[in-house]
Amino acid sequence: MSKISRRNLITTGLVATAGASGLAVAASLARRYGLIPPDGGGLFGPGETLTYAAQRLLTRHSLAREFNRNQISKPPFANEVAPLGAAFRRQQEGGFADWRLAVDGMVARPASFSLDQLKGFPRHSQITHLACEEGWSYIAEWMGVRLSHILDIAGALPHARYVVYRSIQSDWWESIDMADAVHPQTLVAHGMNGGGLPVAFGGPLRLRVPRQLGYKSVKYITRLTVTDSLKQFGKGLGSASPEGGYAWYAGI
Amino acid sequence: MADSVWAPTSAAAVPAATVRSRHSALVRATHWITTLFFLTLLITGVEILISHPRFYWGEAGNVLTPPLFQLPIPASRATVPTGYDYVLPDQNGWSRYLHFQSAWVAVLTGLLYVGVGFFTGHFRQNLLPARADLSGGGLSRVIAQHLRFRPAGAEEAWSYNVLQRLTYLLVIFVLFPLVIWTGLAMSPGIASAIPAAVTVLGGQQSARTIHFFVSVALVVFFLVHVVMVCLAGFRNRVRAMITGRAAAHMERA
Repeated sequence: MSKISRRNLITTGLVATAGASGLAVAASLARRYGLIPPDGGGLFGPGETLTYAAQRLLTRHSLAREFNRNQISKPPFANEVAPLGAAFRRQQEGGFADWRLAVDGMVARPASFSLDQLKGFPRHSQITHLACEEGWSYIAEWMGVRLSHILDIAGALPHARYVVYRSIQSDWWESIDMADAVHPQTLVAHGMNGGGLPVAFGGPLRLRVPRQLGYKSVKYITRLTVTDSLKQFGKGLGSASPEGGYAWYAGI
Repeated sequence: MADSVWAPTSAAAVPAATVRSRHSALVRATHWITTLFFLTLLITGVEILISHPRFYWGEAGNVLTPPLFQLPIPASRATVPTGYDYVLPDQNGWSRYLHFQSAWVAVLTGLLYVGVGFFTGHFRQNLLPARADLSGGGLSRVIAQHLRFRPAGAEEAWSYNVLQRLTYLLVIFVLFPLVIWTGLAMSPGIASAIPAAVTVLGGQQSARTIHFFVSVALVVFFLVHVVMVCLAGFRNRVRAMITGRAAAHMERA
């Protein structure tokens, strides 16, 4: 009996040691390859890290599905938006002529673009699926300039790891990693379904991140900040979403 | 390791009062881990569902689209027309975090169970029905016994009957894989990496609808399973799944 117990004890000890060192190695590899999300601590950190790391290994270069024109949802559904405030109304009355998109942080040439300048950049369009974390979705055509193009003009530094983006709604800010930031389908969108971008859908400017859920496609964006760390933004969790209880990575 | 030897199936010669090994350590551990995380997946899944209790078929669907059907329950979002004049509190943040974390544990547990199960012959020995039991006569006899609520015979303390075997195989190799697949097919990241995983199902909203129905099937299995355990003798069956040992004379105690 004691022999079996001792053998069990040794086996259990070896398995536990192997498991613990395996986890430690995995964690250190994950850190080195940037596979730990900014909200990877806390109670739900393990699941969040597994999801983000697994999807990044699987999706670094994958393209969101694109659809035919006849699959566009008619009409699309615009989710409710908190009141936009006086500053936005003044902009709207002026036809957004004074709307600017600032680019700062880890860039060689900080810049600020007007809507007309952005509309003058090479245009790309895509017909993609926008899914809300609530469960509903629609398909729409989005038109705009690639975020990667703007980052090239501003000269994003090579050790940049994230792009933080802010909305005129001060409580709504987000960030994405460079895999999504330089992704060819990530657009600074100024058009939708063949026309301008309606205010209800984020006009005049919305960041469109089609490989993540709708809440990462922030409406009314005003500022992009390139950074190598999200620690100094807000509570250091990466964006307003984890501060409100939602995951930073919304690829699922 | 003595505990993890799989219980043999032929038990006819065992005296009625014998206490002997029934479930291996791996089956017991994975059973209870799966139970716990199935329940957290169920609770968080319901929380996520009530933010939009409408279902669609195809790629896209929203409140401006005619639904396939809508559950007659209130919603946690004011944008959904439900007929109720109140909105439930939004619990999606932690529900989504916990849903995916639980899914990771449940899927890894399931992979361990299936992997070791194939390796040790668990499925062949304990779950694959005998050819004779699959005949029309054999099946209808067992079904008739169930419909008459006949108590389980002593031999069923050590071995599963044919209906149990078919049900467990259906849950392990059809319902669980399907609920995992349809769950992943709702992910925009997975859809970009493996587009066929979504299109084969008919679209992202179809995946969501199938995910709901498979979850309902799993809940029905869970409820019937608990009822059957109660009918067969709750204490002895649960003890067997905790300690690994079953006693025939305790049956229906």
